[in-house]
Amino acid sequence: MLAISELTKTYDTGTAALRNVSITVDEPQVVAIIGPSGAGKSTLIRCINRLVEPTSGSVELNGENLTKLGSRDLRRARRHIGMIFQEYNLVERLTVMENILSGRLGYVSFWRAFRRNYPPADVAAAFSLLERVGLEGYHNTRADSLSGGQRQRVGIARALIQSPDLLLVDEPTASLDPKTSRQVMRILVELAREQKTPTLINIHDVQLAKTFATRVIGMQEGRIVFDGKPGQLTEKVLTDIYGEEDWSTEAAPVTAAAS
Amino acid sequence: MSAPGALRDRYPQVWRKYTPGQSAVKWAWYAGVVFVAVWSVRNLDIPWIYFLDADEQFMDLARRMFPPDWTYTDAVLNPLIETIHIATLGTIVTFFIAFPVAFLAARNTTPNVAAWLFGKFILVSTRSINTIVWALIFVAIFGPGPVAGIWAIAFRSIGFVAKLIAEAIEEIDNGPVEAIEATGASRLQVLLMGVLPQVLPVVYGTVVYRWDINIRESTVLGFVGAGGIGIELYSSINQFAWSQVSLMLALIMVVVVISEFVSATVRSRIT
Repeated sequence: MLAISELTKTYDTGTAALRNVSITVDEPQVVAIIGPSGAGKSTLIRCINRLVEPTSGSVELNGENLTKLGSRDLRRARRHIGMIFQEYNLVERLTVMENILSGRLGYVSFWRAFRRNYPPADVAAAFSLLERVGLEGYHNTRADSLSGGQRQRVGIARALIQSPDLLLVDEPTASLDPKTSRQVMRILVELAREQKTPTLINIHDVQLAKTFATRVIGMQEGRIVFDGKPGQLTEKVLTDIYGEEDWSTEAAPVTAAAS
Repeated sequence: MSAPGALRDRYPQVWRKYTPGQSAVKWAWYAGVVFVAVWSVRNLDIPWIYFLDADEQFMDLARRMFPPDWTYTDAVLNPLIETIHIATLGTIVTFFIAFPVAFLAARNTTPNVAAWLFGKFILVSTRSINTIVWALIFVAIFGPGPVAGIWAIAFRSIGFVAKLIAEAIEEIDNGPVEAIEATGASRLQVLLMGVLPQVLPVVYGTVVYRWDINIRESTVLGFVGAGGIGIELYSSINQFAWSQVSLMLALIMVVVVISEFVSATVRSRIT
């Protein structure tokens, strides 16, 4: 399904964000990518659909090498890759429906999009997804009047209406409170399982990664330092990924500094 | 607490925002501005003799202007309406030309460097030429009349409107644009769904604001034969028919106040 091999990205500033990263996902599973800030998680995800151009290496999705595609073929390939963002990236001044149907832009002409005249099947799919993410009745609401959790649900619907072969998710819960985070992750993982879509999720929260993923990849300084089951994430592994820290959930209370 | 004298011993008690050197530079700038002003006045050869009876002349003119010749209203009503039409049509033409130019002149939407330079050239060149000068050019091309006025208004406005829209395009949030790109949308679709919704309030606001400016600008187009109330205004001034002039000025003021009110209302309603 997805085969990333020896992917390297060095930014113009000289920062080596990815160093020879290889990952194979050959079943529809939810893969959580964890690691400290600056480990290259975001760069990895963005190199797959080439929002960031990789420096070298290859990304194969269903046998097609995405890194070699010209701009027209890249657009065609992107139609099959859904993406969900940390800051939701909805178009604020458009309605929920317009945002969700944006996921079908790769299949409609400019003029159909201009007149907001999407095929009936797309409209029906949008209403069905709206119900699935718990936002029925919100189709004519403008995105800028939604809460963070609601916006991310619209973001999920926009990605899933593409019927993607691969779902890329960049820190979906970093801007949400703990309860909303779990709700959003649950909806996301349920829908990904139902549609049998392999999913890569960048996530800061180790606990959420353990709860919702079937496989965890740990990154540090642009390299993969762990690849295994959530159950294998021991304190030693976490120290390898994040560095030295007291990982027990009952950390000693920080006492007031002596005065 | 420490003893009262301790702070005085440990810390300086004098603080100045500027060092003596910085102060000197500041005062040198002030002196420079005064020098330029004095130099300009000396260079202009202003005939000070006319200032002696300026107050008398002013009162005389005010008496001739008052009361306005209200009977003349019928004669200038049509030219006044023509003035508004010139401003409105000129602004509509402006919109259709300025809108695509703005996308060329914005760094994040321009297709390539040549297109960007072309866009920037249009922005600078149309704004650097005054409406009256454009009017003279278009009167030469289309002959005297409102058509020349419409094109003069449009050409002066293109740079203004396109520049403000281009700046708004450069300031948009790139996140939604990235999201639309990630769905496999075409370049044009990305502009339509990702960029346009973000700049639409600025587009409407700028066009309405320019229409309001254009109403004021189009009142003088007639001075060079490009239609509107300016023709009547110019001939009344030449005939020293001051009561007609004051009537026209009053009517123009009413129209300008109304257009400013309309433009302010529209702009405050845009969200």
